[in-house]
Amino acid sequence: MKIKFTFWKLVFLFLMAAGFYATVVRFTEGLGPSTNLSDQFPWGIWIGFDVLCGVMLAAGGFTLTAAVHIFNIKRLRPIVRPTILTAFLGYVLVCVALMFDLGRPYRIWHPLIMRNPHSVMFEVAYCVMLYTTVLSLEFAPIVLERFNLQKPIKIIRGILVPLVIGGVILSTLHQSSLGTLYLIMPEKLHPFWYSPLLPVFFFISAIAVGLAMTIFESSMSSKHFGRQLELPILQELGRVLVVVLSVYGVLRFEDLLHRGVLKLMFQPGYEMYLFWLEIALSLILPLLLLAQRKVRMSAGGLYVAAVLVVLGFITNRLNVSITGLESAAGMHYVPKWTEIAVTGAIIAAGFALFGLAEQYLPIFPAEQPQRALERQSAIATTVLEHAGD
Amino acid sequence: MSKALLYDATMCIGCKQCEQACAAQNKLRYDDAIASEERQSDHKYTVVLTKNDKFMRRLCMNCQDPACVSVCPVGAMRKTTAGPVTYDADRCMGCRYCMVACPFGVPKYEWNKVLPKVQKCTMCPDRVAAGKPTACAEICPTGATKFGERDELINEAQQRIRDNPGQYVNHIYGLTEVGGTSVLLLSSVPFEEFGYRTDLSKDPLPILTYRVLSRIPDFVPLGGMLLGGVWWITHRREEVAAAEGQGPRRDADDQKERTR
Repeated sequence: MKIKFTFWKLVFLFLMAAGFYATVVRFTEGLGPSTNLSDQFPWGIWIGFDVLCGVMLAAGGFTLTAAVHIFNIKRLRPIVRPTILTAFLGYVLVCVALMFDLGRPYRIWHPLIMRNPHSVMFEVAYCVMLYTTVLSLEFAPIVLERFNLQKPIKIIRGILVPLVIGGVILSTLHQSSLGTLYLIMPEKLHPFWYSPLLPVFFFISAIAVGLAMTIFESSMSSKHFGRQLELPILQELGRVLVVVLSVYGVLRFEDLLHRGVLKLMFQPGYEMYLFWLEIALSLILPLLLLAQRKVRMSAGGLYVAAVLVVLGFITNRLNVSITGLESAAGMHYVPKWTEIAVTGAIIAAGFALFGLAEQYLPIFPAEQPQRALERQSAIATTVLEHAGD
Repeated sequence: MSKALLYDATMCIGCKQCEQACAAQNKLRYDDAIASEERQSDHKYTVVLTKNDKFMRRLCMNCQDPACVSVCPVGAMRKTTAGPVTYDADRCMGCRYCMVACPFGVPKYEWNKVLPKVQKCTMCPDRVAAGKPTACAEICPTGATKFGERDELINEAQQRIRDNPGQYVNHIYGLTEVGGTSVLLLSSVPFEEFGYRTDLSKDPLPILTYRVLSRIPDFVPLGGMLLGGVWWITHRREEVAAAEGQGPRRDADDQKERTR
């Protein structure tokens, strides 16, 4: 069989090669030569993006499993598997990123036996570890089904409800705790972002991003894999997204008001611009879009709003972890190319693994007969489209 | 009773013998090049800063209730009852949360090593445990750095300010900063000039995160019960509907399929 190099395959190979080189530099020469981190700025994009954003982007897993298995909203069932897949991949990749960032990655197991219950990091470590286990159990049936292993599926199905409940609790804890991490530095983090409500903000925004990511993925898979786009489901997610964003927006601005920070919003400066970028992307634009019925009902409109929300909260996490700490550190942090290369390779790996899983595993549930026909024609179109590759 | 250091900048002559003694005590290299470095780093735990003809020491403040100790997920940082805040390199996995959390920016990292450690002044814990003063206090020729009981040193510092009010800024740095520290500073020029933040909270920092963390043991069983309850209600509703034959057909069929 001849391998065809499409544009995206080349991009993927390039990102992987750059990431591989950066990995070699990181593990043979240490953090200094491979990053722009310093004593003034010890946490960069490997924490700010790979970990904080990675965990946030994977939040669809607990939101959707809770909706379907706990709240029994059956019509959402078809999108549970893709979100579990994203969440599982997300958490695995977060763990991979941590191995780059930790000074001594081979000691990543230390929190297991060296406990400090006063440490937020300790709690996050335990929750992420346990939740990754939960996710692999939730993901396992998809793989087992592929190989038709009924017995283990039955066992997992038997403990599914407690498993999902455990997953929701663990997610609530560590999604919010990633915000709690920053509560220890009231004097360092800029008042736009330091708030006693940080854990609440991180949790609510994780739900919003979980929903947005689900819309984003469904649209992507429909484009690239010719899957049936479940428009009514996406419309429903869009409606919930409006509610979650509104709650978040009201809380966010009430908090700024009560802490007397509103006046800072109009004093031009580095932090102010990035604050407004975040607010525009995460709140103003998506709410304006979703407020219009026409947009909310169309696949394209929902897709754009979802992408905005995702970008907006990525900006938020980077603001908390980088922008907000720069003035206290007395310096600007710009990631080194090796840092970006590792992050890029991890993202590329995420997309590639998602694509592979969609191709080879039963991610979408068995179709009803009347849909199979449409599916076939959809596949035919994709085949035709790719015929020229 | 906990031990502390009192550094009186007005008595300091900038001889840097404390730097040298510190390096020797902690087995760090010390030469003229390092002596001229005016900042704390992974190879320089304490530094005597010079500005005009004024001096100021920087070292780990060894807080009474340290942020680094509370944030360390593996308990590598410890506050000893005697005062020193120690570091156990064998536990450390290198997450660097201590560096991010420290209000004084004290812990430094060995960025250029493949297997790095955190580096900071630990207030000579072995010497203090043996009843001896820290290396820097022992060597100090003018008594600018003095080792003793924290309470007694506070009294002495207050006395010095009272005796010579014109000579000092009316502030003992470290008395209340982030809940108090085991290093106390006196100066004739404002502390900000040497990079010390004077806007720090008077309350210890660890309570800020522990207030949230301590709710988890209550949250887990409550959350579990709540979610379990929701699950029970939503599924029970479905069963009842199925039994009464009024529920939507599809739901009822699903139910049967699952129980089979």
